[in-house]
Amino acid sequence: MTTAGASGGKSIGGVVLDLAGISLAFGGVRALQNVSFDVREHEIRAIIGPNGAGKSSMLNVINGVYHPQEGTVTFNGVKRHDVNTHEAAEQGIARTFQNIALFKGMSVLDNIMTGRNLRMKSGLLAQAIRIGPAEREELQHREAVERIIDFLEIQAYRKTPVGRLPYGLQKRVDLARALAMEPKLLLLDEPMAGMNVEEKQDMCRFILDVNDQFGTTIVLIEHDMGVVMDISDRVVVLDYGKKIGDGTPDEVRGNQAVIDAYLGVSH
Amino acid sequence: MLYRENGQFKTTYRQDQQMLPILQDRIFMALLLLFVFGVAPFIFSDYLFLSILIPFLVLSLAAIGLNLLVGYCGQISLGHAAFMSVGAYAAYNLVLRVPQLNFLVVLILAGLIAALVGLLFGIPSLRIRGLYLAVATLAAQFFVDWTFARVKWFTNYAPSGSVSTATIDIFGWTVDTPVRKYLFLLAVVTVFALVAKNLVRGHMGRAWMAMRDMDVAAEVIGIRPVYAKLTAFGVSSFYVGVAGALWGFVYLGSWEPLAFDINLSLNLLFMIIIGGMGSILGSFFGAFFIVALPILLNQAPEWLGIHLSTAMVSNLEAMIFGSLIIFFLIVEPQGLARLWAIGKEKLRLWPFPH
Ligand SMILES: Nc1ncnc2c1ncn2[C@@H]1O[C@H](COP(=O)(O)OP(=O)(O)O)[C@@H](O)[C@H]1O
Ligand SMILES: [Mg+2]
Repeated sequence: MTTAGASGGKSIGGVVLDLAGISLAFGGVRALQNVSFDVREHEIRAIIGPNGAGKSSMLNVINGVYHPQEGTVTFNGVKRHDVNTHEAAEQGIARTFQNIALFKGMSVLDNIMTGRNLRMKSGLLAQAIRIGPAEREELQHREAVERIIDFLEIQAYRKTPVGRLPYGLQKRVDLARALAMEPKLLLLDEPMAGMNVEEKQDMCRFILDVNDQFGTTIVLIEHDMGVVMDISDRVVVLDYGKKIGDGTPDEVRGNQAVIDAYLGVSH
Repeated sequence: MLYRENGQFKTTYRQDQQMLPILQDRIFMALLLLFVFGVAPFIFSDYLFLSILIPFLVLSLAAIGLNLLVGYCGQISLGHAAFMSVGAYAAYNLVLRVPQLNFLVVLILAGLIAALVGLLFGIPSLRIRGLYLAVATLAAQFFVDWTFARVKWFTNYAPSGSVSTATIDIFGWTVDTPVRKYLFLLAVVTVFALVAKNLVRGHMGRAWMAMRDMDVAAEVIGIRPVYAKLTAFGVSSFYVGVAGALWGFVYLGSWEPLAFDINLSLNLLFMIIIGGMGSILGSFFGAFFIVALPILLNQAPEWLGIHLSTAMVSNLEAMIFGSLIIFFLIVEPQGLARLWAIGKEKLRLWPFPH
């Protein structure tokens, strides 16, 4: 039921996210240097590059965890120099983490429920009494979360503390929590790192399904070139904080600078 | 085979989200409530009420309050006895100056005043954490101690600085005998424990725990650290403030300055470490432990016919507390509550080993 992004029949829309001239440094480390690229509605946009290239930093700039020294982030037509994490979440930007950042002391269900927190409005007193509006709200969001649990096939682990799950399933819960936000833009930081082939296939299927069924725009960091070439519509290549390639998977594959970076030719 | 959830299928999410989803747990809770409200008042001695159950109930409430902040939200506080004293002095002054107020209203107001002070001292938590926050809350402890010792208005210019309270009266029901004190506290603590349980099961509780477990991820999801931490400080000091008012009015009756000093703060922390961080039930376990252990140590040698000096007993007490705290911190950070959960797990599987 899914179509590989590059060849898909889905309609890719206009630019939803535009990054212009982003520069970010940590002391002397220049993690990003004047990087610009855009992301179109409904597309799967991959960011690739060697370790330390600045890929994760880029995602952190997009949702306001890092504040770049220069450049602007335009999301949904609103141009910002400094993105605020909370605003980013409210506008529908969700993400998963390279090193799983689940809430260790909570169950799978509760972890995913936190993805609904922004939408839950019942006040302190209503929650204290619980019976009535707070419980109704809780149940309504529980239903939404259950749909995601079904979608990602993790029904059996609802009540399990996340810390007890194997790595591959934790990655899935991380995705579930992000999906619970019903995001417009989903940032995935190496969602398949450390997985075996079978788990990778499952994850690919989920990512394509999310993109396909919900129309979610996805920015994906991934090391597995096979996966990237298969599922992404366009690819940005970073190396030492600089953009060295940008285009469709085929274009990027033929780009000399990219080939050099991956083969370790001197810079 | 008696204790298990097999066959108890949940057909709605509502059933699944109950506080006690397992039937046997609900029966146990019902029997427990029946016993503590309906039977205990008739069979327990005044000694038991005064020296164990009354302090146990008040300290349970304080421990729940501290646990909401430390165990659920992951913010450390060494100053919680200070918020207890704010509650106690607030209640004292309210009763003194507005005598027509119902004591239940006094309790709520005392809690709210403590919550305000708690919020104020919670503000540093937005910037600092861990050891630095611990020191900041310690400053709260000393500042509040100093205030009540020095600003005479709070103690109604009593020369010694000690204050004494009138007997509580609730809608004509005087809380004077040990049994009545016990029943009154039991009712208050039951309601507050239920509310705490509701809060930690709601979105606010999840925001606290998310903050505790992984603050960056929590922010990225849209949880505001300011909101999560300050509500935790506020609700926590509300609980502790109410506990302080009860400690003063129901347990102590009259108290000196420094009745709520750093030692009490540390004791509250020990309660939640031993009882279980992030567990309402554990708060009860911890409070019971801290109240009962010294008494047990005092009595047990005599039952065995051994005579120990008081100095020896208090040394023993310190040693046992010390080693238990180290034990729980290293081996079982979730305390007695976790041991209880493991026990239930075993019971569920019994009589089959797997
Ligand atoms: N919080 C931080 N503090 C200091 N340096 C950082 C921080 N985050 C990233 N960096 C540095 O920025 C560079 C890019 O890192 P990162 O974005 O994680 O790369 P990638 O995800 O492509 O592997 C690295 O040199 C890394 O050490
Ligand atoms: Mg990275």
